Amino acid sequence: MPDLSGFEGQLALGLWMTVRLALSSLVIGLVLGLAGAAAMSAPVAPLRWIAHAYTTIIRGIPELLVVLLIYFGASVALMKLAAPFGYTGYIELSPFIAGSVALGLTFGGYASEVFRGAFQAVPPGQAEAAVALGMSRTHIFFRITLPQAWRLALPGLGNLFLVLMKDTALVSVIGLEELMRKTQFAVGATKEPFTFYLAAALIYLGLTIVSMGLLAWMEKRANRGLGRATAS
Amino acid sequence: MNVEVMIEALPKLLEGAWLSLQLLFISGFFGVLIAVPLAIARASQNTAVKALPYAYIFFFRGTPLLVQLFLVYYGLAQFAFITENPILWPILREPYWCAIITFSLHTGAYIAEILRGAIQAVPHGEIEAARALGMRRSTTMGRIVLPCAARIALPAYGNELILMLKGSALASTITLLDLTGMARTIIARNYMPLETFLMAGVIYMTITFVLVRGLRFIEHRTSAHMRPRPTGPAEGNPAAAE
Repeated sequence: MPDLSGFEGQLALGLWMTVRLALSSLVIGLVLGLAGAAAMSAPVAPLRWIAHAYTTIIRGIPELLVVLLIYFGASVALMKLAAPFGYTGYIELSPFIAGSVALGLTFGGYASEVFRGAFQAVPPGQAEAAVALGMSRTHIFFRITLPQAWRLALPGLGNLFLVLMKDTALVSVIGLEELMRKTQFAVGATKEPFTFYLAAALIYLGLTIVSMGLLAWMEKRANRGLGRATAS
Repeated sequence: MNVEVMIEALPKLLEGAWLSLQLLFISGFFGVLIAVPLAIARASQNTAVKALPYAYIFFFRGTPLLVQLFLVYYGLAQFAFITENPILWPILREPYWCAIITFSLHTGAYIAEILRGAIQAVPHGEIEAARALGMRRSTTMGRIVLPCAARIALPAYGNELILMLKGSALASTITLLDLTGMARTIIARNYMPLETFLMAGVIYMTITFVLVRGLRFIEHRTSAHMRPRPTGPAEGNPAAAE
């Protein structure tokens, strides 16, 4: 490990913020992804158009632009929305919220395609059997369709999560004190850019390795019903 | 929403888009040059040969592009042997070249992984046929495996090109006036973030759309021999009418 001249604590704080940001973006992204997948196969055409427009736009513009647009653009938009109600003060989104929303939107755009594919791959007979057993629609979704689609969606979602974690570095641009921002402070104080950016790179690499391990474990767990009996 | 602001920003934004395209295509070209030897080494059966490209690919795919960019642009200046080098320093102090170097190294790792999959997907029969014809290993690689792998890799390479277009927005963080950087400078003057960023987004979408269409066209052209021939007598074809 290189000499970090006393900045270990700051980097650890930044790492904690990065993890929190990644997890809150993940939650937003999963909800948006499920909603997007549901809208894509909805019987109402305008819902389908909205969902398709959403995924097309998200996949066509850079993540950095989404982060900047949400952080700077959303406060302007919110102020314009608030003006007719008599509120003329300044509205500012915190970098954490703006970052979570922006990364969540990005994750959700890609995730809705993953979920859509996964739900389509669950045999319709499964849901029909559940209907025949008299289960309610919510029961069918949570007990029959979702667990099976989850298994199929997991590899795709895992890849998206790895991308999301690297994208958290972009939120440093709007001033959130996550790992990258803390590293920049350390560079400013020590004038050792290579040492610190390399340290940050290795920490991100560590995060990637840990996530890959977790995802492998989750995939194994999600597939536990499909294992074959072995002699040993 | 102020449409006038959006139109006003357009010429400057297009100027930025031109820089984004330069970064994309130059790094896309060098990325392929880096990727070919990496992919060949990575597809090797020999563990010692595989190890180095594996580590390279793992590093560049496992860390954020922003960190890599800062590592090259800010990081390398920490070393006296670089800042005092009369050949390296004039290149490495320019954000333009730092962006191109970083993007090439980054996309090279991704392309290498795509190409490795493609090399391993080349049908064994084609390689065996080449060997049976007495081709040397290098000739087989250059004339049979790589052309076939390139065709297999093309769709995935298209995706990577689009991801790289989006990645090129990071050039704005090292003072370059690419499409995103230009949008940020315009906003510093007109205080219209919503309109200006949306206009930039529209330009990115347009570029993505053109790229997708262009790649689909190339894919179509390079796979002519894979499509089934039209059956039945074609109209206006005298040979078929006989």
